[in-house]
Amino acid sequence: MLLLVAGFCIQLLLASSEAWERFGLGFLVSSEWDPAAEQFGALPSIIGTIVTTIIALLIALPLAFAAALYIVDAPKKISIILGYALDLLAAIPSVIYGMWGLFVLAPLMQKTIQPFFVNTLHLDAIPFVNSNYNGFGLFSAGVILSVMILPYICAVLRDVLQMTPLVLKEAAYGIGCTKLEASKDIILRYGIRGVLGGIFIGLGRALGETMAVLFVIGNMMNMPAGIFDSATTISATLANNFAEADGLQRSVLFALGVILLLMCLSIQIGSQWFLHATKAKRGEK
Amino acid sequence: MRHRSLFLRKLKNKILTIFSVCAIGFAISIMLWVIWVVIDFGKEALSFDLFINCSAPFGSMSYGFANAILGTLLITLGAAVLAVPPALLAGIFLSEFKEYTRTANSIRFACNVLMGMPSILVGLFVYMIIVVPTGQFSGLAGSIALAILMFPVIVQNTENMLAMVPDTLRESALALGMTRMRAILYIVCRSARNSLLTGILLSLSRVSGETAPLLFTAMFADSFPEGYWSQPTANLPVLITEYATNSPFEEMHQIGWSAALVVMVMVLLVNIFVRIFFREKKYGN
Repeated sequence: MLLLVAGFCIQLLLASSEAWERFGLGFLVSSEWDPAAEQFGALPSIIGTIVTTIIALLIALPLAFAAALYIVDAPKKISIILGYALDLLAAIPSVIYGMWGLFVLAPLMQKTIQPFFVNTLHLDAIPFVNSNYNGFGLFSAGVILSVMILPYICAVLRDVLQMTPLVLKEAAYGIGCTKLEASKDIILRYGIRGVLGGIFIGLGRALGETMAVLFVIGNMMNMPAGIFDSATTISATLANNFAEADGLQRSVLFALGVILLLMCLSIQIGSQWFLHATKAKRGEK
Repeated sequence: MRHRSLFLRKLKNKILTIFSVCAIGFAISIMLWVIWVVIDFGKEALSFDLFINCSAPFGSMSYGFANAILGTLLITLGAAVLAVPPALLAGIFLSEFKEYTRTANSIRFACNVLMGMPSILVGLFVYMIIVVPTGQFSGLAGSIALAILMFPVIVQNTENMLAMVPDTLRESALALGMTRMRAILYIVCRSARNSLLTGILLSLSRVSGETAPLLFTAMFADSFPEGYWSQPTANLPVLITEYATNSPFEEMHQIGWSAALVVMVMVLLVNIFVRIFFREKKYGN
C-alpha cells in the first residue's frame, strides 16, 4: 500500500521532469498554452480547478447541511427513503451527470439561468461575473459538481448528526434552544471532526472529478475572465489532450498531474493537521 | 447576557426548517430529473439490436454496444479478482491483528490518501506502469486501474464491518480451542459475511461507471473484447463519452443515451438489490 502511494509520486515526478526542467516554477504562473510553439503554463487549469471547486462547495454545503438536518429529524420512514435516494444519487456514474450537463443543463444555463442573472438581476456589475455567456464554463461545471458532491457531504453530515448523544441534544432543547441554535452551537461543535471530514471528502471529489466537468466546462486553455467563461480544469485538460500529446506536451500533462496530486495530498494532510492542532481546544480526549 | 428576541429566534428557526425541506426536495428532484432525462432520451434508440450488435463507426448499417457491455463486465470482473482478496485480507489485518499498531496506522493513512486520489491520476499511473512498458492499451490495464480504485474502499468497509462483530464471538471461538485463523475465517468473517458482500458489490457498481481511468488504460475498440490481455477493450463509459462529445451525429448521441441508460440501470439495480436483499437478512437474524 505504502509502496503504491510512494510509487505514484515517484512515477509522476519522473514522467514530468522534462517539463519542470524546461519551465521551472514559472510553469505554475504562466498562462500561455501553445502546443505549436511548445509553450505551456499551468495557471488556467489551476485557476479553473480551484474556482469550480469553490463554486461547488458554496452551493453544496448549505444544501447538504440543511438536507441532513431534515433527514435526521424526519419521521423514520421518510428518512429511510430519503437516505436511499441520496445513496442512489451518489451511485450514478459521473459520465451520466456529464451527459445530463451537456444536453440539459448547458442549454438551460444558456437560455434561462444566465440571462436571468445578467439581464434581470444585473449581476454583471459584480466583478468576475461577465455578461457574455454560452452555457458552458466555470459556473455550469461548478453546478454539476455541487450536485455530484452533495450526496457525499450529506451522507457524512447525516451520520454525524445522528451520532450526537441524545443527552446533549436534550440538554440543548431543555435550556430553550431553538433547533437552529442547538444544531449550530451544540451538534456542530460536537461533530466538527466528522463535518470537516465530510467537507474534505467533497472537496477531494470535486478537485479530481473529470468526466462531468469535461463535458460542460468548454475546454478553453485561456485565462477565464469571469465565471461564465469557458475554461478548463487540470483533470479535464489531462483527459482532453492526453491522447494526442507526445514528447514535451505529454510531460507537461504529467506535471499537471503532479500539481493535482499535490493539491489533494495537501488537503488531506492539512485537514489531519488541523484536526490534530485544534484537538485540545475542542476538548477532545 | 445579550437579549435576543424570541420572535427573531423563532423566525430564524422557521426559515431554517423551510430551507431544509427545500434543500432535500431540491436534491431529490435533481436526482429524479437526471434519471428521467436519461430514461427519456435513452428509450428512443433502445432496441434489442443494440444488445447483440457490435459498435461501429458512423455510417454502417448496424449499431450496437454489445461489445462494450461485455468489455465493461470483463474489466470490472478483472478488477474484482485483483482487488477483492488482498483488500479483504488487509481489512482483516487492520481489524483483527491489533498488535501491529504502527503498520496498521501507516496502512490506514495510505488508504485514506488513496481514497482521496482523483481517479484520473490512477489512470495516469497505470498508464505509466502498464501501458508504456507493454506498448499498448489493454483491458487488463483498465482492470488494474479500477482495482486500485476499489482497494481502499473495500479495506475500509471490511475493517468497519469486522469491528462491529461482538468480541464475545471471537472469545468463545478461541475458547473452544480454535486457532486464530479458523476463528477469524469461520466465525468472525462468516458473521459479517453479508455486510462484506454489500461493500464489495457497492464498490463494484461504483467503479463500473468510472470513465476517467479507462480513457488512458482500456481505451476503446469497435470489436468484441477478444484481446482483453493485450488490446484496447471496448467499454460502456468510454463509449458514452466518445459518442456524446466527439461525434456530431444525432444517431450517435441517441446510442450514447441508450448506453447511459444501460449503465445507469445496471448500477442502480445493483444498489437497490444489495440494499433490500441484505437489509432484510440483517434484520432476520
